[in-house]
Amino acid sequence: MGYQQPSVDTSPKVSDEIRQTTCYMCACRCGINVHMKDGKVAYIEGNRDHPVNKGVLCAKGSAGIMQVNAPSRLKAPLKRVGPRGSGEFEEISWDEALDIATEWLAPIREKNPEKLAFFTGRDQSQSFTSFWAQHFGTPNYAAHGGFCSVNMAAAGIYTMGGAFWEFGQPDWDHTKLFLLFGVAEDHDSNPIKMGLGKIKARGAKVIGVNPIRTGYNAIADEWVGITPGTDGLFVLSLIHLLMKAGKIDLDYLARYTNAPVLINGDKNSPEHGLFLRDGDGKPLVVDRETGKLTAFDKPGVKPDLSATHRAAGVTHKPVFHMMAERYLDDQYAPEAVAERCGIPAKQIRAIAGEIARVAFDEAIELDHEWTDFRGEKHKTMTGRPVSFHAMRGVSAHANGFQTARALHVLQIILGTVEVPGGFRFKPPYPKPAEAHPKPHCGVTPGAPLDGPHLGFVQGPDDLMLKEDGSPARIDKAFTWDNPMSSHGLMHMVISNAHAGDPYKIDTLFMYMANMSWNSSMNTKGVMEMLTDKGEDGEYVIPRIIYSDAYSSEMVAYADLILPDTTYLERHDCISLLDRPICEADAAADAIRWPVIEPDRDVRGFQSVLCELGARLNLPGFVNEDGSQKFADYADYIVNHERRPGVGPLAGFRGDGTEFGRGEVNPEQLDRYIENGGFAVSHIPEGANYYKPWNNAYQDWAVKTGLFDKPHPYLFQLYVEPMRKFQLAAEGHGDRQPPDHLREQIKSKMDPLPIWYETDQHGNDGFTVNALTQRPMAMYHSWGTQNAWLRQLHGRNPLYLPTKIMREHGFEEGDWARVSSPHGEITVPVMEMAALNDNTVWTWNAIGKRKGAWALKEDASEANEGFLLNHLIHELLPAKGDGMRWANSDPVTGQAAWFDLKVKIEKVAAPSESQPEFAPIKSPVGVGPKELKWKVGK
Amino acid sequence: MTNLPEATQKKLGLVIDLDTCVGCHACVISCKGWNTENYGAPLSDQDPYGGAGSGTFLNRVHSYEAKPKDGPAQLVHFPKSCLHCEDAPCVTVCPTGASYKRVEDGIVLVNEDACIGCGLCAWACPYGAREMDAAEGVMKKCTLCVDRIYNENLPEVDREPTCVRTCPAGARHFGDLGDPDSDVSKLVAARGGFDLMPEMGTKPVNKYLPPRPKDQMVGEIDLLAPLLKPVAEETSGFMAWLDKTLEKI
Repeated sequence: MGYQQPSVDTSPKVSDEIRQTTCYMCACRCGINVHMKDGKVAYIEGNRDHPVNKGVLCAKGSAGIMQVNAPSRLKAPLKRVGPRGSGEFEEISWDEALDIATEWLAPIREKNPEKLAFFTGRDQSQSFTSFWAQHFGTPNYAAHGGFCSVNMAAAGIYTMGGAFWEFGQPDWDHTKLFLLFGVAEDHDSNPIKMGLGKIKARGAKVIGVNPIRTGYNAIADEWVGITPGTDGLFVLSLIHLLMKAGKIDLDYLARYTNAPVLINGDKNSPEHGLFLRDGDGKPLVVDRETGKLTAFDKPGVKPDLSATHRAAGVTHKPVFHMMAERYLDDQYAPEAVAERCGIPAKQIRAIAGEIARVAFDEAIELDHEWTDFRGEKHKTMTGRPVSFHAMRGVSAHANGFQTARALHVLQIILGTVEVPGGFRFKPPYPKPAEAHPKPHCGVTPGAPLDGPHLGFVQGPDDLMLKEDGSPARIDKAFTWDNPMSSHGLMHMVISNAHAGDPYKIDTLFMYMANMSWNSSMNTKGVMEMLTDKGEDGEYVIPRIIYSDAYSSEMVAYADLILPDTTYLERHDCISLLDRPICEADAAADAIRWPVIEPDRDVRGFQSVLCELGARLNLPGFVNEDGSQKFADYADYIVNHERRPGVGPLAGFRGDGTEFGRGEVNPEQLDRYIENGGFAVSHIPEGANYYKPWNNAYQDWAVKTGLFDKPHPYLFQLYVEPMRKFQLAAEGHGDRQPPDHLREQIKSKMDPLPIWYETDQHGNDGFTVNALTQRPMAMYHSWGTQNAWLRQLHGRNPLYLPTKIMREHGFEEGDWARVSSPHGEITVPVMEMAALNDNTVWTWNAIGKRKGAWALKEDASEANEGFLLNHLIHELLPAKGDGMRWANSDPVTGQAAWFDLKVKIEKVAAPSESQPEFAPIKSPVGVGPKELKWKVGK
Repeated sequence: MTNLPEATQKKLGLVIDLDTCVGCHACVISCKGWNTENYGAPLSDQDPYGGAGSGTFLNRVHSYEAKPKDGPAQLVHFPKSCLHCEDAPCVTVCPTGASYKRVEDGIVLVNEDACIGCGLCAWACPYGAREMDAAEGVMKKCTLCVDRIYNENLPEVDREPTCVRTCPAGARHFGDLGDPDSDVSKLVAARGGFDLMPEMGTKPVNKYLPPRPKDQMVGEIDLLAPLLKPVAEETSGFMAWLDKTLEKI
């Protein structure tokens, strides 16, 4: 046949219209262009003008179209008619649903507001949901940070007034060496990939510290296949080598950190270990010029890192002295830590050498003049182009807080935070712990709580304890067990409520939290707690209200379902009051708006709370005449003011030209929509580095409404509030911990970073580390079982390192019984060579329960798929001391998912992964047999 | 049998950087989305909510482990789609002329109206880059987004394949590999870009950039170790060093 070429239409019409909103397929909050044809969603791509993703979009984002058409979408409010856990419901009207909710909640509010536990999972409206809970009056509110990442967030904020993840970012344009710590493929998703791309294009180096060499670690130039839970020890060894070699930024330490601050050395003083302060409460340093004690922020002061202060026979040393004494010790020499960390000493030395080389021999200067908070002018900005980032892996251990602290101390001694080439904060950060609220638990029946639920404690006085010393919160956050639990402990709510410890509750109200499946430790136990009945025949947890857009496993365990919309059918604000979309160079926030209308009888959860709040007569939700204040969430977003002139959205305020502060603008949402769904205000050049100490930044932040007065501060290498808890444990002060916690507080609340092995009691015979991570294409993608994404990750074998495969004689396709002190599972295995020798892992949350998510019963996820959760308990094995200790970080209460140790045995293949559970009845049926999704003609 | 053009005016194709691809599958799903809605029949999915699901994709990412003799194992993410070969066996094998290579840019396409779904082209392709759509019964393959790259309804900046536009890591590049002065040709030259399975004689237009050497740092220990020479062995010596050094600041 001769050559022939048909003609092709190379300029077809792409769409009728593009509607720009914000993605919600994960926590990344990218801008998207939703292409519409005939009023339907035809195609989704990234928004090129958007500050987060600049046009790119991940697999989740592009698969959003399969989220919007998912057969698992709930259709109408549901009332349980069968036993809990059966999935038997009847559809009811919204009026009836809201009547039921009001009938349950109103009496609680009048008598015992704490009997409502309101916990929201992967909620992006926490400043709103917490406002609602505060006005309800219950102290029992939090989102999912406690089982996710509070170690990292709290360690960052207490240490340097900002944390990894979306609170900051490496200076991708200037960094020359990037170190990435911890398991997990993402967070925040596209910006990290874009940043890695920039680094790679420049030929700069990436070092990955992660037991598993997948994802970002697969492209790392140097891989450190560390033993899980030992990152802190590795980091302290780097600190040891760098300090010993003098490869530290002394000028930075003296000016911007509490390294020169003097510590009370009087062992008999109730202030032993606290800062020496002047009459105004300002920490004191020795001025190198005068040799005298001086407030740290006095204009012209040159803080001395070396000088001690002797008074009344006591020598008071600066923090830096204590650091030298601790970290120069040979216990942190590479040779001393190598075996425990599973890293050759040579590699530790090589990495420290490379860090030193890049930080000091390749330092950069930007030609930006700036003035610091002491009034000193600097002609240039010095940059040390080594940057760090960490994933949740380092966070999910019972030593995670101290590990994240160690990592920040490493960054700080190198002088590489908030400098060119280093790690930079995104507004509203930097913001030190003391500028955040403290937690509140003051309950008054029929009235709001006395302040925000969550915050940052500064010492024992701020703990959330009742007068009798018992926990004020159902999750026991901010107690002696875990004093600095800034995000609450969502993972303890159900077990505590079931046990009636510290007290019983009446109604459990949850949003976007799959607690009866992948979002709980001890999944089977949680199902039993949710369905357990007392002697009176009533459920031990009497009432459960749940809101979700999809038929998740949790739906079956609720009594009342409030069906939410999908992300393209709703209003949202990605607010500066919450977790916005800022970049290191700009403050920015964004909205979602209904680019399509729901075709089901569902409502945005936040709009439902506006109505429920009015029905319950919550002060923030009613007008003076008692009528409903906010018609829906959009009304709240525009008209609510947290402080005068400061509302949920910063952009287009007042006459539409103001950012940050300004009157309410009724046209605000329209302006956002016209602008692509977001608003940006750039930080002026010269204000965009050295932010915690830079007058120009502080002034800009006040003008923008991030805070009300300039708030320069020092980085806290030594965290004084931790020392206050130690002092209490040593017997000082009126508020005293119970005796059984004194040793734990003394040893774990060390104000300078330490490393300790997590509690191994009961792990005899269980020697292999077991981890989970979500795949990149599904990370934080909580909506549904997506028809396209499940074809990428529909199976989750347990990946075994070559050594364990050989030891047990495993072949591809074999099955293993994996047991822990708590339980056992039987699952398929697969070999992976690029893996720490003593670590196994799997993709998390692939396994599904039969009947959930509109999947057919033969779905691979519901047969070969499995959860490691069955092996993990929220409590550690009994020690015989009559108590059960939490499987969590003793500082923050963060769930220690990654401390899991297992035993592996080869077994005959069962018919499906074990344990198996009875199918639940689907309230939505199952999905279609075939998809041919083309909405255009 | 179908003939190939004697020469093409351009050789449009992709350059994929294996040193940068993190295996996130963004390109896979973006491709699925665009090509479900655009060129020809939608990319269908069979049993999308049962079994393991099985649908048509024009681009897939495979992952391979490499085990160097010295040093730890590595994982390489390998995106693969039609390579728009100069000597495309999938075209010459086509009994109806449905498969063809365009004269103006070298893109290999399937004219779905003429495709009888015999599957010979998929057998002939050594890369496994073609997929039969089970619902439509026609052969689907990468079009290099021929309906994007010239599309006057799109802003100029968006006239590139959707997989390139969406790639978060910037691991995918698009251009004329027939022009030695194009950015993609220069990138291939600078980074030692290579052909996939050149021994098959298909002369693929798409190129891959190899991963850079990894895990070299311990080998550089002799250069790096001197940077860590202790300023003093004892803590007291360290404090003396500190005093001396602070004088100079």
